[in-house]
Amino acid sequence: MDNRANFHHSIEELQNDILKMGHYVEEAINQAVESLMTLNDTLAEQVVENDDLIDKMTLNVEERCLRLIALQQPLASDLRTIGAALKIATDLERIADHAVDISKTTIRLSGENLVKPLIDIPRMAEIAKEMLKEALESYTERNVNRAAALAVKDDEVDKLYSTIFQDIVQLMGSDYNRNRQLTHLLMVAQYLERVADHTTNIGEGVIFMVSGKRKDLNL
Amino acid sequence: MIDIQSLDLFYGEFHALKNVSMFLPEKSITAFIGPSGCGKSTLLRTLNRMNDMIKTVKIKGTVTIHGNNIYEPEVNVELLRKRVGMVFQQPNPFPKSIYDNVAYGPRIHGTKKKSELDDIVEKSLRDAALWDEVKGDLKKSAYGLSGGQQQRLCIARALAVNPEVLLMDEPTSALDPISTLKIEELIQQLKEKYTIVIVTHNMQQAGRVSDQTAFFLNGEMVEFSETDTIFSNPVDQRTEDYVTGRFG
Amino acid sequence: MKNFELQHIQRRKRSNRIMHILFLFSTMIGIVTLGILLVQIIAKGSGWISLDFFTHFSSRFPEKSGIKAAFFGTLWLMLITAPLTFIIGVSTAIYLEEYAKNTWLSRFIQTNISNLAGVPSVVYGLLGLTIFVRLFDLGRSLISGALTMTLLVLPVIIVAARESLKAVPNHQRNASLALGANPWQTILRVVLPSAMPGILTGSILSLSRAIGETAPLIVVGAASYIAFVPNSLFSDFTAMPIQIYSWAGRPEESFGQLAAAGIIVLLIMLLGMNLIAIMLRNKYQRS
Repeated sequence: MDNRANFHHSIEELQNDILKMGHYVEEAINQAVESLMTLNDTLAEQVVENDDLIDKMTLNVEERCLRLIALQQPLASDLRTIGAALKIATDLERIADHAVDISKTTIRLSGENLVKPLIDIPRMAEIAKEMLKEALESYTERNVNRAAALAVKDDEVDKLYSTIFQDIVQLMGSDYNRNRQLTHLLMVAQYLERVADHTTNIGEGVIFMVSGKRKDLNL
Repeated sequence: MIDIQSLDLFYGEFHALKNVSMFLPEKSITAFIGPSGCGKSTLLRTLNRMNDMIKTVKIKGTVTIHGNNIYEPEVNVELLRKRVGMVFQQPNPFPKSIYDNVAYGPRIHGTKKKSELDDIVEKSLRDAALWDEVKGDLKKSAYGLSGGQQQRLCIARALAVNPEVLLMDEPTSALDPISTLKIEELIQQLKEKYTIVIVTHNMQQAGRVSDQTAFFLNGEMVEFSETDTIFSNPVDQRTEDYVTGRFG
Repeated sequence: MKNFELQHIQRRKRSNRIMHILFLFSTMIGIVTLGILLVQIIAKGSGWISLDFFTHFSSRFPEKSGIKAAFFGTLWLMLITAPLTFIIGVSTAIYLEEYAKNTWLSRFIQTNISNLAGVPSVVYGLLGLTIFVRLFDLGRSLISGALTMTLLVLPVIIVAARESLKAVPNHQRNASLALGANPWQTILRVVLPSAMPGILTGSILSLSRAIGETAPLIVVGAASYIAFVPNSLFSDFTAMPIQIYSWAGRPEESFGQLAAAGIIVLLIMLLGMNLIAIMLRNKYQRS
């Protein structure tokens, strides 16, 4: 028999909030990447607007966590779940911020023709999106192995980033406008690399929550 | 400093402690937690042989304090209890003056000189963080003190015989939250001079005051480790279930 | 339904009132009887109480009679009986409560003591006669009477003292033992000081009952006519209730009045002892 059924129900609600927030963040990153591919500034505007909602959800999760800590004195796995929720909410919020960053790039580049077709950036975006999905699913399933597997994908993202970095540096010349666009694209690659890093943080949070162990997934 | 090895304890047929082994380092605070009837108080009372008073108790194994097995036949129980003091669940001052309560132990053990007793009483009350509140009222009855003050008086009384170990059996379960915090604060100060073992039903209290925590269930020591490990990341599922309230 | 409830309530009220009156009436029976008795005795005897009443021995002439021999006899009896019963009684209670293990022997002793407290006092008189007067050859003396009284009071004091010792909370004993005190130190310094007011109260109350006992003293052989104050443990003696009994048996009206005066003195002694007991109890409750 569970002697703290009420409290444990609140923790379940907290986890649902995280998942709901994760869903919105996934949506934001998808839309941001798509807006860049198609240089669709209306879609980009929408991502920027929706970020307010995600910020509110973050605050909501934080408040819920603090309230549970203050009123319920959680211990052991309960404590770790709440600690992980705080951390994961922060990481999700950062990912959403990067979605906004990417969308703002879209808006800055709107009306321009791209100097080269985008190949590696979409691949990188695809992996980053997958990682976010994986991270959220490992959270739902409390699956340590899936969370740990994020490290492998993060390595791929890191490799792609250095390829993109070298490519872009080579493409740079003396044309100001060209260099400006290339720098923006480099920054997008940087954002995506950060998104991947945040998903590994989420994975670390999942591992801590489930097993109490600290593991660095971003080596 | 306190080394318990393969300790079994029976109340008649009832096996109350099952093969308990643990080492409690000097000048540390150890908390015993677990549900009612798990054996934590029984174990505490084996450390100053208060269980001797129950006729049906049988003990196997050893409890060694500073290298001496306290269950050797030649051990003098009165001297053992002088070294291993105890504070009880209910504040239990004697119906005497504050002074006489604290001086009780030293008098029992042969201190007669007034000046010597005065010094002991003041020092013990200071160590128990009670001196400033009672220094003008030493001749007044201990029953006039509040519950929290009475409990600190009982701590002072235990300190007056200059023990090495202080056993506390749920020392704050009868007190209000502020008195409880004062006692907890005091326990942490006392750690500098004494080895402390505390039985508590309040897991937050164990978390606040102790260095290491042992979890007991049905007479068995399930888990014994650093307090933060027990409360943030216990190894045994039974500990996990107990501290998160999923027990039973 | 509502009407029914109302009726029911009224019936309950009525039965409560009837029982109230019934219980009051029962109480009044005792009080009124006692009151009549007191009034009668005071009316009859108070005129005889004077200094002479205390300084004269009993005599064939009522106006020359006094209670001196009986008063001092009773005083002596109490002075011997009180410390004897107290020491033996409290020691026994301490043994049974604090030391004796729960064996069949201690249970046997305990049951017997409880039963002895209910044995009729005349049986103690016979016991005293057999043991002290005849076997120990102490004769019909003050010491025989006092020892018999001791036997009579002892079970009551033991029971009272045990109750007082039981009332000392165990956590007090534990506190003392946990400080390294041995059982005797614990009893002497913690248990007895706590229990003492209760023990004293119980002792005085049981002595004050003994003071009015006649039967065992008659059996042991207290004399009804003594014209001196006892001067040793082995002298003949009489006691207040015996003197009163002997006066009350005389046909002359004035001896009846003397008996009433004796009763007044005895009652005052009893009241005094009860007063001390009450004062001790109050002191105990305050601390």
